[in-house]
Amino acid sequence: MEKKVLVLGEIKDGNLRNVSLEAIACAKQIRNDGEITGVLFGNHAKDCAETMIHYGADRILIAENPELSHYTTDAYTQALMQIINKESPHAVVFGHTAKGKDLAPRLAAKLGVGLVSDAVEIEMNNGRAIYTRAIYSGKAFERVTVTEGIELVSVRPNNMKALKKDTSRNGPVTAFDPEIKNLRTIVKEIVNKTRGGGDLSEAKIIVAGGRGVKSKEGFRPLEELAEVLGGAVGASRGACDAEYCDYSMQIGQTGKVVTPDLYIAAGISGAIQHLAGMSQSKIVVAINKDPEAPIFDVADYGIVGDLFDIVPKLTAELKKILV
Amino acid sequence: MNIYVLMKRTFDTEEKIIIRDGEVDKEGAEFIINPYDEYAIEEAIVLREAHGGEVTVITVGDEDAQKELRTALAMGADKAVLINLEELEGPDHFTISEAISSWLADKDVDIILGGNVAVDDGAGQVASRVAEKLGINQVTTITELTIEDETVKIERDVEGDIEKIETTLPLLVTCQQGLNEPRYPSLPGIMKAKKKPLANVGVNELEMNEKELTAKTKTIDRFLPPPKAKGKILEGDIDQQVNELVHLLKNEAKVI
Ligand SMILES: Cc1cc2nc3c(=O)[nH]c(=O)nc-3n(C[C@H](O)[C@H](O)[C@H](O)COP(=O)(O)OP(=O)(O)OC[C@H]3O[C@@H](n4cnc5c(N)ncnc54)[C@H](O)[C@@H]3O)c2cc1C
Repeated sequence: MEKKVLVLGEIKDGNLRNVSLEAIACAKQIRNDGEITGVLFGNHAKDCAETMIHYGADRILIAENPELSHYTTDAYTQALMQIINKESPHAVVFGHTAKGKDLAPRLAAKLGVGLVSDAVEIEMNNGRAIYTRAIYSGKAFERVTVTEGIELVSVRPNNMKALKKDTSRNGPVTAFDPEIKNLRTIVKEIVNKTRGGGDLSEAKIIVAGGRGVKSKEGFRPLEELAEVLGGAVGASRGACDAEYCDYSMQIGQTGKVVTPDLYIAAGISGAIQHLAGMSQSKIVVAINKDPEAPIFDVADYGIVGDLFDIVPKLTAELKKILV
Repeated sequence: MNIYVLMKRTFDTEEKIIIRDGEVDKEGAEFIINPYDEYAIEEAIVLREAHGGEVTVITVGDEDAQKELRTALAMGADKAVLINLEELEGPDHFTISEAISSWLADKDVDIILGGNVAVDDGAGQVASRVAEKLGINQVTTITELTIEDETVKIERDVEGDIEKIETTLPLLVTCQQGLNEPRYPSLPGIMKAKKKPLANVGVNELEMNEKELTAKTKTIDRFLPPPKAKGKILEGDIDQQVNELVHLLKNEAKVI
């Protein structure tokens, strides 16, 4: 049976987030030749429509109401409900991001349906989607399926692979104007803390520092290493609490969950709450002066030693081959 | 102020996970209040101290969860409710939130607080679902909360950015680390908790129809990740270690 699938695209700083492309790839598995409709809200909806099509969406619905320019639960729920009522999709796919986490359960309750949160993998079995997701902070996994009703799923960034970009694809982009009323939340101000250098949850290489970095300035060598590698800089809660860096860099259960190809942890002990956010990284390098630090249990390569000696040398060595 | 807290009993964070026949083995495991729910309990008590009223902590679980409810009462909550769904087959986020909302349906709610996510199943669905079922507004991952008359001022964590918002009661919020430092139960608190009301509610006492009792998702199996091959601790002096690391990243791991 053909299955219509909706994908809520997410726009950040004017660009479509990678996780939305991964969500399309997930939709493609579910759809069984059905149509994939990308949905985009807010200011840059029109600009991002083509990208969704190039990456596998068949058509795009955009709503540019001013109430949708910034995310609120009420406005997004109302707009998406109107689309779902009209389109009667088999499934709706979200990114497991701040928006997706807030919106998907709300919508699931409104529709009275099941939701699989934070899926890292999808496989099809007799036409039914089976999702894999982490439980117990990544210490175990479960496979879940939706048994009845519309299927909602949010996908963890950087796990499902986006389809290859195909610029020859095209499809209709249709505007619609949902009725949005009685908003109960007013956004007064957004304090933007995220540094340049892109989205941590989507970075392919991350250099992360912990309390062992010892000061704000102590992050400098890590930044230089990240720069040479073309990666982003992250941190443990320990480093954030000590005010060596901003909370927007925090990786772990409270912060961002990341799955880069390469994760370099310097001066991070490896508490379970930190591991929950990074243990699925493809390759983990640990640099720590304590050989007993639990971070070595999840590391592929470990160097026992002082990060202030090791990191600059590593940067210099990599410069020789990468720059 | 009528304050409600949604709480879950979870495995102790440090607990090793053992899977037997597709189920997580609970035998002998230590349990705790889900850490993010501790922030919710703490904030609820702070709200009551400022505005008066009553804090009721609700959990869905089996008899054993009475222990964590008593801990919440010892911290300072006034009442506890244990909704027991053991009779149901494989309750999921849908059924659990239907049960909680059924229980809350005839209550006069000002604010509900929950954790931003439960550290065991990591989905973060139930609180938002309950807000929707009750038709009240939600604000998730909050790090600051002030209530002045009818106005609620909140700061929330949005992937590290801070969003400052205003809304009104009734409201459901989910609590993020950074909101407060949960108190430990005091000795007098523990003594008092023993006498505080703890209600046990069974499925038949909730007005739920067949549809509301039927889960929408099913867990097929649970498994441990394949054991990670022991990592290589690099040897030699620093220069040798660094050279070898670069070589391994390039030629073995092929990530640079
Ligand atoms: C509810 C809850 C949620 C949490 N969420 C998160 C989360 O999302 N993310 C997170 O990270 N934590 C989280 N935590 C905190 C977590 O438990 C740890 O406290 C934290 O991760 C520790 O940070 P750290 O490894 O930087 O510091 P520490 O544990 O202090 O480790 C510092 C490490 O640096 C090493 N070191 C020191 N100097 C050097 C040097 N010169 N060279 C090399 N190594 C050196 C030390 O050997 C040590 O291993 C959470 C905790 C709770 C209770």
